[in-house]
Amino acid sequence: MMESGPLTGPVPTDGSADGTHPRPAELSGVPAKPNPADGEIGGTFWRRFTFRRPLAALILQRLGLSVGLLFAVSLMISGGIEALPGDFATTYLGQSATPQAVENIRKDLGLDKPWTERYLSWLGGAVQGDFGTSWASKNSVGEQIGKRLGNSLFLAFFAALISVPLAVGLGMLAVQFRNRLPDKIINVVSLAAISLPEFFVGYLLIMFFAVKYGIATFPATVYDSMSFTERLSAIALPVATLVLVVLAHMMRMTRAAILNVMSSAYVETAELKGLSAFRIIAKHAAPNAVAPVINVIALNLAYLVVGVVVVEVVFVYPGMGQYMVDAVTVRDMPVVQACGLIFAAFYIFLNMAADILAIIANPRLRHPR
Amino acid sequence: MPEMLSVKNLKIEATSYPPGEPPKVVTLVEGVSFDVEKGKVLGLIGESGAGKSTIGLSALAYGRGGVRITGGQVLLDGKDILTLDKNGIRSIRGARVCYVAQSAAAAFNPAHRLGDQVIEASVRHGIMSREEAKKRALYLFRVLGLPNPETFGDRYPHQVSGGQLQRAMTAMALCPNPELIVFDEPTTALDVTTQIDVLAAIKHAIEETHTAALYITHDLAVVAQISDDIMVLRHGKTVEYGTTKQVIEAPREDYTRALVSVRQTKRDEAADQTGAQLKIEHVSAGYANGFKVLHDVSMHLPKGQTLAIVGESGSGKSTLARVITGLLPPTEGRISFEGKELPRALKGRSNDELRRIQMIYQMADTAMNPRQTVRDIVGRPLSFYFGMHGQKKSERVKELLDQIEMGSRFLDRYPAELSGGQKQRVAIARALAAKPELILCDEPTSALDPLVAEGILNLLLKLQEETAVSYVFITHDIAIVRAIADSVAVMHRGRLVRFGPKSKVLSPPFDDYTDLLLKSVPEMEIGWLERVLKTRRMESAGN
Repeated sequence: MMESGPLTGPVPTDGSADGTHPRPAELSGVPAKPNPADGEIGGTFWRRFTFRRPLAALILQRLGLSVGLLFAVSLMISGGIEALPGDFATTYLGQSATPQAVENIRKDLGLDKPWTERYLSWLGGAVQGDFGTSWASKNSVGEQIGKRLGNSLFLAFFAALISVPLAVGLGMLAVQFRNRLPDKIINVVSLAAISLPEFFVGYLLIMFFAVKYGIATFPATVYDSMSFTERLSAIALPVATLVLVVLAHMMRMTRAAILNVMSSAYVETAELKGLSAFRIIAKHAAPNAVAPVINVIALNLAYLVVGVVVVEVVFVYPGMGQYMVDAVTVRDMPVVQACGLIFAAFYIFLNMAADILAIIANPRLRHPR
Repeated sequence: MPEMLSVKNLKIEATSYPPGEPPKVVTLVEGVSFDVEKGKVLGLIGESGAGKSTIGLSALAYGRGGVRITGGQVLLDGKDILTLDKNGIRSIRGARVCYVAQSAAAAFNPAHRLGDQVIEASVRHGIMSREEAKKRALYLFRVLGLPNPETFGDRYPHQVSGGQLQRAMTAMALCPNPELIVFDEPTTALDVTTQIDVLAAIKHAIEETHTAALYITHDLAVVAQISDDIMVLRHGKTVEYGTTKQVIEAPREDYTRALVSVRQTKRDEAADQTGAQLKIEHVSAGYANGFKVLHDVSMHLPKGQTLAIVGESGSGKSTLARVITGLLPPTEGRISFEGKELPRALKGRSNDELRRIQMIYQMADTAMNPRQTVRDIVGRPLSFYFGMHGQKKSERVKELLDQIEMGSRFLDRYPAELSGGQKQRVAIARALAAKPELILCDEPTSALDPLVAEGILNLLLKLQEETAVSYVFITHDIAIVRAIADSVAVMHRGRLVRFGPKSKVLSPPFDDYTDLLLKSVPEMEIGWLERVLKTRRMESAGN
């Protein structure tokens, strides 16, 4: 009889699976609307617009695409949770669950309604900024996430503050000493850092700095009552881990981008104009190396927010990642949905910002013929 | 008059790193000496690898990559610039000596406005104030005949044409009032019809500003128009050095004589041009975005003959080749081969239809797999079309290599181990391996030095006699048309301007475009430029 719980779970899922079939059509309509460049409808107006203001058109296109992507992500999260075996009621009640109790909880939370209906009502709330209440703690999801997001951003901000200038600086240093000893050392060390999984780096740091020498705090849990400096010392180790993980990628891209530009004919022209080395790098090389560097920085910033799950768990840091992992284990739908959506939003909008910056950095798009 | 630039016994070396061998020092230039007076132009001429650019850059005490000036003197106004320190050299570059690069499109920074780049060196070196520099730039834009000189400087490099960029680069070099300008093949990347305008502009600007100049090119006919003296270089050494008149009209050395006479191969056309092995009827073609490249083009080619398609870049001549091969299906019209209509797209054609039409490209090295040996490259069509293998295939590959006058010692070489001309020969062997009836040649000689190109053309003519293969020969070079064609099609902006037997197409009365095209081809004759500028009817628009 116990088996029928998980068995009946998937049944409504199958039923609503039919409902998903017309959905992709509706979904594909969403990104198509702000992006009619390849559609026939309104083609002439859009074509004229892209011709006259290509920059504005591109940015509009990216914005529309991002919104569409967010919808797609929310659908996928929702569908993904639906596909997991078991639901909140069975995991919450555990082994002692009677069919009646399970049924009651399902009814309370509306789990008996079809999936499409639940998704739409959640979407309706989310669009207005209401992410519902957590099933497990009965608290407002928005409120809880607010604090945790703050913690995660605090961590990401300091990791970025250290890693971005360090990566760009090391990249330039590597260019300056290309193929000489400093370049090789930077390369080997960064390669080692990127090759080790982040949880391993985290545990290594804990072992040395917290256990052996005792100069760092562990766990890195932060409380409301902590002062700013206490918080800083608490996050030292997770920040160090994150920096090590993202540094290599950014450093190598910076090096490659600048090297690429330094070998171009226009840098030779600048050299033959008798300009100073600094002016050549700052005025002639840098503006052309910006686009690829921005792209990889944005990707890594997004990773700092989204990819910290493992690091937060290792260091017992009360951020979004840990919150989401906890929610997934109990199938706390509203929390998972909200966390997933926020992560996706960060990822998408950071990438979009990078795209737009790269577009702005390109004179061909800024100044059409 | 005192010498502005005096180079004495110059020696330039570089270190090369051949794979798997210890680094070795290569001498690029040895024992080169010359003088340039104020207001005079010295032409440096030679094939690629002759050390022309390397010598030109030595006037700025600059070596590309690992190139070092190891001996001799470079005296600028009597002072040796090779003995100067870093800052001393910097104060000369861009101020007293300026450089005009071959590809202005690559040499301008895409991120800054042209005007800012043109005046940058003058302002940075403190030669003039920003305002003065702007005024001078405006004056130079006018002298060089750039359109809308008042607003030209506000534009970005991608917003103007190649010919305009090359002139802007000249303006950039002239702006600080330098004592010497090094022009490094400034017109080589341009169409002939554009080249003549840029050439005239450069000549005018040099006369106007009385600067001394080094003019580097591989085209003797071009240098004859612009320089007072000529130095012929080969393998980093001086072959001949004299006045332009002496070098062009009475060359002393065999190598110079070969260069002077290189474009004089001529061949009579076939008398009977009635047949049509390849027939192109009312073909139009364009790209998916709706951009139409070819408009209603018709021509035909009899068996065993050569049809030359001429036109400048953007005229649609390469697109026509793509349409014939089926790579780009035409939107209208039909193409028939041996009386049978060819399927429009590549996919619809049978193996045998593919075999009968082969292609040779402009850049032989990008058309070959760098990881395959000559044996594999030439052998591939043999196994693909004829199922040959083993001994038989090997024999046939050797035969083909003999046909292209290279021989079996090249069998196991990689493309990187071949010279430009040898690569093109291997590409020809690969095309021949399929026993084609028609070979489309897309500018196969335009990336080669004149003497090497001549060798390729003679080889193609010999192969045509031996195998009766037909050629569609795409080129922008009228001299090549004269040398090899039976019939000629002139294309301009996607339309056929003129088509017929060579003798008819290349003799008057001309339409305006053919007139411009024919008159733009530099001739090995002093004073040709001035004469042509006076007599032509049509300006090359927009350049």
